[in-house]
Parts: sequence; structure tokens; C-alpha cells
Amino acid sequence: MTTIEPETSGASATAAAAPGAAPADAPRTTPAERPSDGEHLLSTRDVSVLYGDNRALKPTTLDFDAGTVTALIGPSGCGKSTFLRCINMMNREIPHCRVEGHIWYGGVDVNAPDTDLYEVRRRIGMVFQQPNPFNKSIYDNIAFAPRRHGVKGRKQLDQLVEESLRGAALWDEVKDDLHKSGRALSGGQQQRLCIARTLALHPDVILMDEPCSALDPIATLAIEQTVRDIVATGICVIIVTHNMEQAARVSDRTAFFYLGEMVETGPTAHLMKMPKDQRLSDYLTGRFS
Amino acid sequence: MSSASNVTSESPGTPTAVGQAVEPAAGASGSGPKPGRGSSDAGLRAQGVAPKRRVEVRGKVLTGACVAVVAALVVALIVMICGQGVQTFTKDGVPFSKFLFGTAWNPTRTDADGVPYVGALPMIAGSFSVTLLSCLFALPFALGSSIFVVEVAPRFGTRIFRPVTEVLVGIPSVVFGMIGLYVIVPLIRSIVGGTGYGIMSASIVLAVMILPTVTSLSIDAIASVPESYREGSLGLGCTRWQTIVHVVLPSALPGILTAIVLGMTRAFGEALAVQMVIGSGGASVMPTSLFKAATTLTSVITMNIGNQAQGTLYYDALWSLAMVLLVMSLLFILIVRLIGRKGSVKND
Repeated sequence: MTTIEPETSGASATAAAAPGAAPADAPRTTPAERPSDGEHLLSTRDVSVLYGDNRALKPTTLDFDAGTVTALIGPSGCGKSTFLRCINMMNREIPHCRVEGHIWYGGVDVNAPDTDLYEVRRRIGMVFQQPNPFNKSIYDNIAFAPRRHGVKGRKQLDQLVEESLRGAALWDEVKDDLHKSGRALSGGQQQRLCIARTLALHPDVILMDEPCSALDPIATLAIEQTVRDIVATGICVIIVTHNMEQAARVSDRTAFFYLGEMVETGPTAHLMKMPKDQRLSDYLTGRFS
Repeated sequence: MSSASNVTSESPGTPTAVGQAVEPAAGASGSGPKPGRGSSDAGLRAQGVAPKRRVEVRGKVLTGACVAVVAALVVALIVMICGQGVQTFTKDGVPFSKFLFGTAWNPTRTDADGVPYVGALPMIAGSFSVTLLSCLFALPFALGSSIFVVEVAPRFGTRIFRPVTEVLVGIPSVVFGMIGLYVIVPLIRSIVGGTGYGIMSASIVLAVMILPTVTSLSIDAIASVPESYREGSLGLGCTRWQTIVHVVLPSALPGILTAIVLGMTRAFGEALAVQMVIGSGGASVMPTSLFKAATTLTSVITMNIGNQAQGTLYYDALWSLAMVLLVMSLLFILIVRLIGRKGSVKND
């Protein structure tokens, strides 16, 4: 059990977020007044995952700040996606999967049995590996979740759709066919539609599970640019990738996972240049993948 | 080029020829003692290839013949039923509209214009009523249980529910008819009075009969909705129920429609169970109540075909009823196909 204390260098980013913990059922917040749990927007403390008796993730302690991108890197099957899926409790949908430890967000432990799962997922959005827009129009793909969460007015929805599509840098490409099927878009556009879909709920955090693994290099760059744009509005992005260059391009901080263990974390540039752990330096030099 | 490659066996142009020659020899030496390993290359080629090729040809001929038989059967059935069915209109000179929309059925008599009473509308109406009603009864249960076993309790679904529905599919229709006769008919009689026979009883019996088919196909349809759709919706903070209603069911709709139409096909064509509980209403009585005895296309055919001499008008008219059944079931299948194609386009 090696949990390396993260060196908290996200101070500059944290400064952007207003201090003071917000209650769990606070109304939607604008980027300027995001809730934060003391110093960090989101903190995991000894989070581990068990599938039956099989421990897929060893206790992991990490902090995430508003307005930053954290990359989770490591070879396939090393637990980075498993960790990501703890944060919005998607692991609860998997039978026999148990999550231990604490996930502090907005002053509450997400991993407590009485947490409002749906509110957590509204505030902590998720973008998946395969673009998975619904079998609906572009407009309905975005309006879908706000409607379920009680946004009714047509005007309000129109505005939300435009704002979200602009946020995901997709508005100019699709503004004339909002009623075309979301699945008729290209792969990269579909993925940006999925990002727009999560933006429509005004999340604090967006989890991205290898969002570019099914995309070509140009679409990948577009997504990465979108990620930087989103983060500039004060959202915290946690992105799983096994592409080192992508982590270097897009992230402020990086955490390296290996065999179900969070091995090392730190500012991305620092980590890439001077890895402390032998396993990370092996990974960086491509001695295994 | 070809002659050169035949001479030099290691030429890159002849990998297939070499492969064919060597592979059968190796296979033959493993399975049968006949082709010797020590014989020359030419001998290997001659002895090794021939038996395999003969098996190939035999296989092709056998399977092709099966296809030919099935295809011939289908074509023959359609041709025969239609050929007999149209006799009413060609040989006996009954106008098609009188047959389809006439409400009087008594083929041994003729009306004032000399046209026989072969109005099939009451039976067609009866058939459609029991079909639609039975689907209406079966659908909520089929849909509800398939949602439950796919979305709520998948282990219970695959281990218990699925096998049980499969057993139900196999129960002969006469058994359903008997249960209807001894349970449904008295029940209806005690609730609404009358004889208890009628469209309502038949629809309930048919609903139970088609329930397993519709359920099992609906389960397939719902289970085939990509998991990523569900994850996308759950990841947006939607509840399980919202996900089912707004994401899963719309995506599964083509499959569910297919299930319904196939259920309708079965209900439409069912004769025995229906006949046992629908009572013996006059074939020329338009169904006016769900609780009065009525007739369907199938019940009129089964009750009368044995008593009519070949070549009589009555006999021809019964074949026309069979033709209506055939055309309707072909239409149902066509609908299923169209839905399937549309669904596959939508779900890419």
C-alpha cells in the first residue's frame, strides 16, 4: 500500500475558485462561485475498489482542483479507469463491485451510502471512451439530461443547447442541423457532442475515460483544445489516457497508475522530466506499455 | 506465366496450388491409411485431392438440394393456396368485393343476383379482433417482465425466467384451449353472464399463448440496446427508470415492434385454441360484442373443410379464406422486415 502524498501545486488554480464549502444540495453554481472543500475541489482518500475478493485498485489518495486538468496515465488494466469511475460512482452500476475509502467533494463524502447519486453525477459529468450520443437529434441529446433534471422552458433549453454546443466548440458546425441525429455526426463531433451534453448540466468536474482513443489525430487535437477551453471556465477535468503526448499536451498534473496502484503524481512537466519511481521512468521510456 | 509457375513449385505465384496439394495429403495421412506417405509428389496430388474434392461436391449438392426443397415447398404452398383460393372468383364468378366485404356466409345458397353468400367480413373482423385484443393484453406483461429481467434482475432473467418462458412456448395450443375452456370461459360467464364463449375468452387464451413469444423477443430487443447508451444516461445523473423510459425503450422500439407483429402472426393463424373458446357463432354474424360467440377465418376453415366435396363452391370459398390468412401472414412478415430494416438504419 503505497499512497504517495501529492505535492499540491495547484494553488494558483485553486485561487480562482471561491473558498468556502457549499452544502451538498446547493443550487447550480456559476463557474465563479464553485463550491470547494477547503483547498481542493475534489479529494480522494484511500479509495480502493474490489470486484468480489479481487482488489482492482489499491488505496489511492489524490486531489483535484478547479480549473485544472489531471491526467491519469498508465498501461491498460492498471486501474485508472476503475479509479475514474469511482468519482461519480459509476462503479455502483457494476454488480459485485465495492468501493472503499472517501471521496470528498463539496463537503460530503460521495462514497457514503446516503449520497444523492444523481446529483453527484449531475455535478460530476462523464465522457466515455466510445462516443455514445443517444439515438436522438443533436438538440435532444443535449436537452435530454436538463429535461430529466427539471428544466422545462423551451427558451431556456434553446439557450442551454447553444451555450453547451459553443462550450464544446461544436456550435458553428451543427447550428443549422440541430435536429439531425446525433449519431450522424463524425466520431470527433460525436465526442464533442457528448462533452456538450455534460456541459449542459453545468458540472464542476468532467471525467473523461480515454475520450480520444477512437478518434483520428485531427479530431483528437480538437478534443484536446476543447478540454483546455472548458478548463479555462473553471471546470476541473480528469482525463484517463495511455497516450503520453496527450497527457503532456493537455494536463497540468499527472498521476501514474501501474498494476492497480497509484505510483506517482505531480505536475505533468515535472513528472515527465524527472520521474522518481523506476516503474514510471520505465513507462516513459517505453520499456513496457 | 501460368506454365512457369506450374513447373517451379516454390514460385511465389502458386501458393494456392501448393497449399491444395499438400494440405489434403497431410489430412489424409492423419485420418485414413489409404494414401501412402511415401508415394511420389504426383501420386500424392492425384490421390490426396480427389476424395476431398468429392466430399466438397457432395456437401454442396446435399445442402443445395435442401435449399431447393425448402424453396420449392414455399413456392408450391403459395401457388397452390392462391390457385385454389382464386377459383371462387374465376371459376365461380364471385366478385372479390362481395367476398371481402360481404357479411353473409352460406356458400350453398345464392342471393337474388345469383351470387353465392360468401361474405367473409365477419370472420375477418373476428380474426382481427382476437389478434389485436390478445396483443393488447399480452404487451404490457411482456414489456414489463422483459424490462424487469434485463434491467433489474439479469441473473434471475437468464437462469429462471428465460427457461420458463421457453417451456411455455412449447406447450401445445390444445392445452391452452383446454385451460381456456375450464378456467377462462367459466370466469367470463360468472363475471359478465352469457355463455362465456366469445372474442374476450379467445383473446385472453391467445394472449397467454403469445406472451412467451412476445416476451422472449422483447427481452432480446431490450438486451441488444448498447450498454453505452445506458452508461451515457446514468452518467448524466438520470435515474435508472428515466434511462429505461427515455433511452432504452426508444432504442429497442424496432425490436419490440417486431416482437408484437410476430405475436400477431401467431395469434392470427391460431385455430384450435381459439375455436375451443370462441363458441360457435354463425359465420355470417358480425361480431358486435366481446362476450358473444363469434367466428374467425381459421375456425370456419377447420370446422367445414372436412364436410365439403372437392370442386364445390363451398370448398373453393374455404380456400379463399385460407388465401386471406396466407396473404395476411405474408403482410405481417413484410412489416417485420420493414421495421427491422428501419431499426438497423437508426441504430447503425
